[in-house]
Amino acid sequence: MPSTLEISSLHVSIGEKEIVKGLSLTIKSGEIHAVMGPNGTGKSTLSKAIAGHPDYTVTGGDILLDGKSILQMEPDERARAGLFLAFQYPSEIPGVSIANFLRAAVQSHMGEGEELDATAYYKRLYQKMDLLKIDRKFTSRSVNEGFSGGEKKRCEILQMAMLEPKIAMMDETDSGLDIDALRIVSAGVNELRGPNLGVLLITHYQRLLNYIVPDYVHVMWDGRIVKSGDKSLALELEAKGYDWVKKELVTA
Amino acid sequence: MEDTNTTLLPADAATESPVVGIDQSAGNFSYDVKYEFDAGSGLSERVVEYISSVKKEAPWIREFRLNALKTFLSRPLPTHWATRDLESIDFSKIRYYLSSGQKPKRSWDEVPADIKRTFERLGIPEQERKFLAGVEAQFDSEAAYSNVKEAVSKQGVIFLNSSEALKEHPEIFRRWFGKVIPTGDNKFSALNSAVFSGGSFIYVPPGIKVAHPLQAYFRINAENFGQFERTLIIVDEGSEVTYMEGCTAPKFSTSTLHSAVVELVAMKGAKIQYITVQNWASNVFNLVTKRGLAHEAAEIKWIDCNIGSRLTMKYPGVVLKGRKSRGEVISIALANDGQHQDTGAKMVHAADETTSNIIAKSISVGQGRSTYRGLVHIPKHLKGCKNNTECDALLINTNSRTDTYPAITVRGAANRSQHEASVSKVSEEQIFYMRQRGLTEGQAMSLSVNGFINDLARQFPMEYSVELKRLIDLEMEGSVG
Repeated sequence: MPSTLEISSLHVSIGEKEIVKGLSLTIKSGEIHAVMGPNGTGKSTLSKAIAGHPDYTVTGGDILLDGKSILQMEPDERARAGLFLAFQYPSEIPGVSIANFLRAAVQSHMGEGEELDATAYYKRLYQKMDLLKIDRKFTSRSVNEGFSGGEKKRCEILQMAMLEPKIAMMDETDSGLDIDALRIVSAGVNELRGPNLGVLLITHYQRLLNYIVPDYVHVMWDGRIVKSGDKSLALELEAKGYDWVKKELVTA
Repeated sequence: MEDTNTTLLPADAATESPVVGIDQSAGNFSYDVKYEFDAGSGLSERVVEYISSVKKEAPWIREFRLNALKTFLSRPLPTHWATRDLESIDFSKIRYYLSSGQKPKRSWDEVPADIKRTFERLGIPEQERKFLAGVEAQFDSEAAYSNVKEAVSKQGVIFLNSSEALKEHPEIFRRWFGKVIPTGDNKFSALNSAVFSGGSFIYVPPGIKVAHPLQAYFRINAENFGQFERTLIIVDEGSEVTYMEGCTAPKFSTSTLHSAVVELVAMKGAKIQYITVQNWASNVFNLVTKRGLAHEAAEIKWIDCNIGSRLTMKYPGVVLKGRKSRGEVISIALANDGQHQDTGAKMVHAADETTSNIIAKSISVGQGRSTYRGLVHIPKHLKGCKNNTECDALLINTNSRTDTYPAITVRGAANRSQHEASVSKVSEEQIFYMRQRGLTEGQAMSLSVNGFINDLARQFPMEYSVELKRLIDLEMEGSVG
């Protein structure tokens, strides 16, 4: 069933400071939208605000999932409605194993009275772990504790694979990854790609987009989307740099 | 034996002045009108002599009690270092001896709904719920555990309550009774020594590894869940035993003061593991003295979990008397609103090459208060001794409080000690991360807290660790929102 995430003239502040200043963007199932921009332009803020992080306040505009505003929904309600965020800096959860954590997460997405089938769950978990080249022994490791950057990011994609969201936001998933890890993570995302998944891919560098080829590219500047195009826009950005965008805006 | 000087309470007076400490909002109680043995309230020589005569004790035990009473009365409360809340205990209003016929009872209908829900959530077996809720004064455990009892007695293990043991086997128990914890150790060990009743006395002969953990449940009757239990476990050379007491369910208690004494003696090469899980009503003062004496190459391990109570003071300890002996304390404490957990450990090294390990984790929720006191003593004439102490505190809300008072004295160049302490708050980022995966705030908090104690909870026997996790979940739910 196709889904739509509509971000409409969104304004987000952290404390007194406005970071996102009137951003509009629509993501539909089956589409991959890359959002690029220099540091401090509000890319992470955008994804956290959509996920419902308590530190961020929406001061204007709206976010609609399948036509319904999610602004009044708690972070866990938004998650259960089909929203997923692959964190830039995933948290450690000492003493809680990946198996148990994911089990609780998958269970929370199930309907009232539905029980998780343990055998089916583990079968699926191992299948996804194998795909992401995560050693099966990791099921008993505490979530993200002592993990390398690459392991953390792969763990994020594992969770995404297990929770099957409608709309996934990936916040700088490529930061801190070497080429091999980048390949594996991208293969994992591409495996999930399909008519049932819409993706918001936040990245600083064009390199990731060689592996996860976007349908649309948007450039973010000073809290807004200032330019949109297809995948060739990313290449142009890499060739000319962010200064080019800045100049274009000034002269426009 | 009838004491003609006993004051018999008339039936209507019993209901007018009920036992102190009963939460009036928790339901009504009825007294059994048969009063043969009633020591009344308050503590005096008469009460102590009364207890001793009801139990038909040998003169030496009566003397022991009376001397202990003198010590108790002469000692001040230890408020120079402990909380002044101790001053709220009114010793004159407490009943120091209740026989089973006198225990107040209530009907199942009168048991509060939230208590019933707790039993449900914790998965407490049906047959045990009525006993725990104060509906029945006795729990007949014979049927449930008789196989284990038989196997254990075939191995020559002696397992009786304190009175029976001192009467039938004084040659075994008298030797160590009151030696590991002398009467005068502190005011509350003196109190217990004067009015003790119930508890478990166990002797394991040499070369026996008791396969099945022994439990207080084996000998349940009203007394064993009383206020002043006295336990003495003696394990002879090369033998091993695990003893478990308590349960995660809140126990209906009519008394505000529980003051137990537990003495363990591990002879050469012996191993004792003593596991406690207690969930106390929030009006209870739970003041316990627990100590073990380890001989050569022996091991004593205390695994302790305390949740609830108005005030718990408990510092399980081991005296490492024999060379190469080992002492360990694993402790989990959770203090919620209005609760104070003042716990820790004591390790006294008295021989070469002895090791001690203390791992204490505390959780303070809401306005709960956790205090850690750890004493480690290694004198300079000893060689090759090691201590490791780790105490971690977790604060759940900003009103929570935690204090740490380590008292570590290590002398001598050939000894080593290591102390790590940490205080942390449940991280908001971590909770948000978990919520983003679909978990509610309550579920996220529970997971976080269970994760915090996970490596300790795993050391409890399986059935306890499952109940423990559920209990934490329950406590955390109350703390959110």
